Amino acid sequence: MATVTVTLQDYKTSEKAWWCPGCGDFGVLAALQKALVELEIEPHNVAVVAGIGCSGKIGNYINAYNIHVTHGRTMPVALGLKLANRDLTVIAAGGDGDGYAIGMSHFLHAMRRNPDITYIVMDNRIYGLTKGQTSPTSQTGFETKSTPDGNLERPVQPIQLALAAGATYVAQGFSSNQKQLVRLIKGAIQHKGFALVNTFSPCVTFNKVNTYDWFKEHLVDLDEVPDYDPHDRVAAMRFVAEHDGLVTGLIYQEPESIPFEEKLPGLGRRPLAAQDLRPDKEKLQQILAQFR
Amino acid sequence: MREIVWKIGGEQGQGLDSTSDVFATVCSRLGYHVYAYKTFASRIKGGHTNFTVRVSTRRVLAPARHVHVLVVLDQEAVDRTIGDLVPGGLVLTDSSFTPDVPPGTNVISVPMIQIARELGNPVYRNMVAIGASAALLGIPLDGFRAYVADKFGRKGAEVVQGNIEALQRGFDIAREQAGDRVFALDRGDGKPRLLMTGNDATAIGAIAGGCRLVAAYPITPASEILEVAAKYLPKFGGAAVQMEDELSAVAVTIGAGFAGVRAMTSTSGPGISLMQENLGLASMTEIPMVVVDTQRGGPSTGMPTKHEQSDLMALIHGGHGEGPRIVLAPGTAEQIFYDTAMAFNLAENYHCPVIIASDLGLALWQQTVEDIDLDRIEIDRGPLADPAELEKLGREAFQRYAQTETGVSPRSLPGMKNGQYLATGAEHNVFGKVSEDPKNRKQMMDRRLRKIRKLELGGKPVPGLEVSGDDRPDVLLISFGSTIGACWEAADDLREQGLKVKVAQVRVLNPLPVAELQALVDEAGAAFTVENNATAQLAFLLRGNGLNGKPLRSVLKYDGTLMMADEIVAQVREALTVEGVRA
Ligand SMILES: Cc1ncc(C[n+]2csc(CCOP(=O)(O)OP(=O)(O)O)c2C)c(N)n1
Repeated sequence: MATVTVTLQDYKTSEKAWWCPGCGDFGVLAALQKALVELEIEPHNVAVVAGIGCSGKIGNYINAYNIHVTHGRTMPVALGLKLANRDLTVIAAGGDGDGYAIGMSHFLHAMRRNPDITYIVMDNRIYGLTKGQTSPTSQTGFETKSTPDGNLERPVQPIQLALAAGATYVAQGFSSNQKQLVRLIKGAIQHKGFALVNTFSPCVTFNKVNTYDWFKEHLVDLDEVPDYDPHDRVAAMRFVAEHDGLVTGLIYQEPESIPFEEKLPGLGRRPLAAQDLRPDKEKLQQILAQFR
Repeated sequence: MREIVWKIGGEQGQGLDSTSDVFATVCSRLGYHVYAYKTFASRIKGGHTNFTVRVSTRRVLAPARHVHVLVVLDQEAVDRTIGDLVPGGLVLTDSSFTPDVPPGTNVISVPMIQIARELGNPVYRNMVAIGASAALLGIPLDGFRAYVADKFGRKGAEVVQGNIEALQRGFDIAREQAGDRVFALDRGDGKPRLLMTGNDATAIGAIAGGCRLVAAYPITPASEILEVAAKYLPKFGGAAVQMEDELSAVAVTIGAGFAGVRAMTSTSGPGISLMQENLGLASMTEIPMVVVDTQRGGPSTGMPTKHEQSDLMALIHGGHGEGPRIVLAPGTAEQIFYDTAMAFNLAENYHCPVIIASDLGLALWQQTVEDIDLDRIEIDRGPLADPAELEKLGREAFQRYAQTETGVSPRSLPGMKNGQYLATGAEHNVFGKVSEDPKNRKQMMDRRLRKIRKLELGGKPVPGLEVSGDDRPDVLLISFGSTIGACWEAADDLREQGLKVKVAQVRVLNPLPVAELQALVDEAGAAFTVENNATAQLAFLLRGNGLNGKPLRSVLKYDGTLMMADEIVAQVREALTVEGVRA
């Protein structure tokens, strides 16, 4: 087999990204492209499912099979893709509003099922595309146009949620820590099962609180915590809770994860998409005979 | 007699459903046309339930008003069903129960429980009831004996013998008691048929049509489609997945369709409402997928266990914006089998959602189906990009949404080199790149809508109408969905009353075959749509699509029960009398 060389150029499109200058999403895009290149996955074997939001535009700038879906529905679309063709590398990507508000139930159910999907959430703790309302990850008291007196609710804790829901790969990155983010995304893609990479991706236009400097000041980098064990779910929960979720790195990975599509009866090794569809008449006749 | 109707009523859990199933299955095996249905509700006081089986020498696809033999196991069953008995009809009971019936009612009392006890198993009671029913309806026992041998053979000779004995004793006692009051059903044509529900036919038809993934969320009356698919799809290398809701169910089919797998979801009204946004996505991204809507009483939770045909507007126009959707409307289990298989060809040829409008009556009730001809099923995957051509094209050169004459542009599938593109719900240009340029917008809208103006498969038109009956009719009945059974029957009855009648079954609701319908309406004395809804949605659609000329009348029913032939006859006759349009 000829070795393939995949370059960053292969993953670029002629489209210029529409994000605001300085947006954290540039870093996420770059990290994802770099991860795919380093794993030598060819663009035509990658499917990116993007949600709605500034973050959801990520698929517009990656030369791969992209599907830009309805708000909040990346998880089930990605599941359909993976069930249809398990040879594909399936990446889902979207914002904190997309994934943790409108898409919350799909997110939880995706983790219960554990399909082999990498899910990158670009968490800016605000709604960007709709111009600055409160998001499920906004802190209590956070003032936005939709909560002028401050957010009354507690924020969703995506990492604790993922740990509790049984996610088999839980990581958190920061868009300006490229080296770590690339490594986390690579690990997620290689992980056999559902992988969450919640990524802090600052919104420079609307979120004046959770800025790059703020994240730099508050984030604890697991790469610098010497005895952290990413295979202990309970310890991970405690550690993350103690640091209010502000931890980056590989938080948890289940070593023996079997993806949903491998457990489904009927689905063989060959992707569904490669199957011959001519009906097996004998088998069908046997089924019909039961109605006689 | 050309036809008999048998009904069994009692408490839930008394094995009524299996008794009814055996009776219906054997009659079907004997070469009769059978239509079997049940009265059920979300709540039934005292757990009453009843099953009706219509057995006929001609095609029957609708409920009947009158019952010839009524098997009642308790007083509640009598109270609820005695009014259905024809004059001269027979009430069959167990000897341990003396029903309170109107004077003059013929009661045949058979010691069913006692016989079963003597034979050593209480479940034989149902076989005694079936044997006795056969005697009262003039159906020989041979077919029942053969069925028993077939069905219980595995359980050993003793069980077979016990069942046969039960049948025989019930038969003999009932026969003797009834004397010359028994009915005599004419012989059937002996042609074996299948006995299926529409939901069975939908799931198996989908598999035959190449569907390999069903994703759905349970809902009455669609759940069996998911269940039957889950049972059989793995044998074909496919899968059925129960999703967390309808939004995800339809989204899974979109993901799979994008990847090149034939996928389907099934639901009912509330689910269709939830799917609307993603149906728009499939229209906009031009991803093939199939949705089955088994309509039930709405709006909202409405009457979840009752029949209605009131989702037409939602199926054709529901959701925001304007995008292509094909809507098929099969009316029988046989039609829904072939239509579901064909739906995948349409979806992949026209790159849009194909919706199958089923309804509770079609979905749940058993009917005889002529032998399925699997050779009729073809797999036609529609315009696909050629991987070799794509390779030559180079990167970012593939026009997924190219302007073509038909409006359909070949699609690439993930895994094809250089076929990468963006499938987005946002307006986009020929490459799939987001574009809000007014000129592009108009061209893209026109192209997408142009696709489904006329439906063809393999160069042959897909018929939007199925027409039967007399030329230059006095009465034209226009119908869709399971109401067609009652229409065909009503047409026969109106003909017997001296009228010329034509029945047009709308098989494709979108794109609607308006020109053909216009010609039929023009030629008819009076035209009626026949619909199980309150607002005459089909008539509204016809007018909205430009049908003009003489006024369209409508025979409507929206009390939750299925249309019956005599109701159509009565409403048509009344309209004709009032308007004086008599032939
Ligand atoms: C059903 C639906 N509701 C609302 C919207 C409007 N909407 C678009 S993006 C968005 C929120 C985006 O926030 P987030 O997911 O955090 O992404 P960001 O823009 O911050 O990257 C909303 C509410 C929509 N497109 N669809």
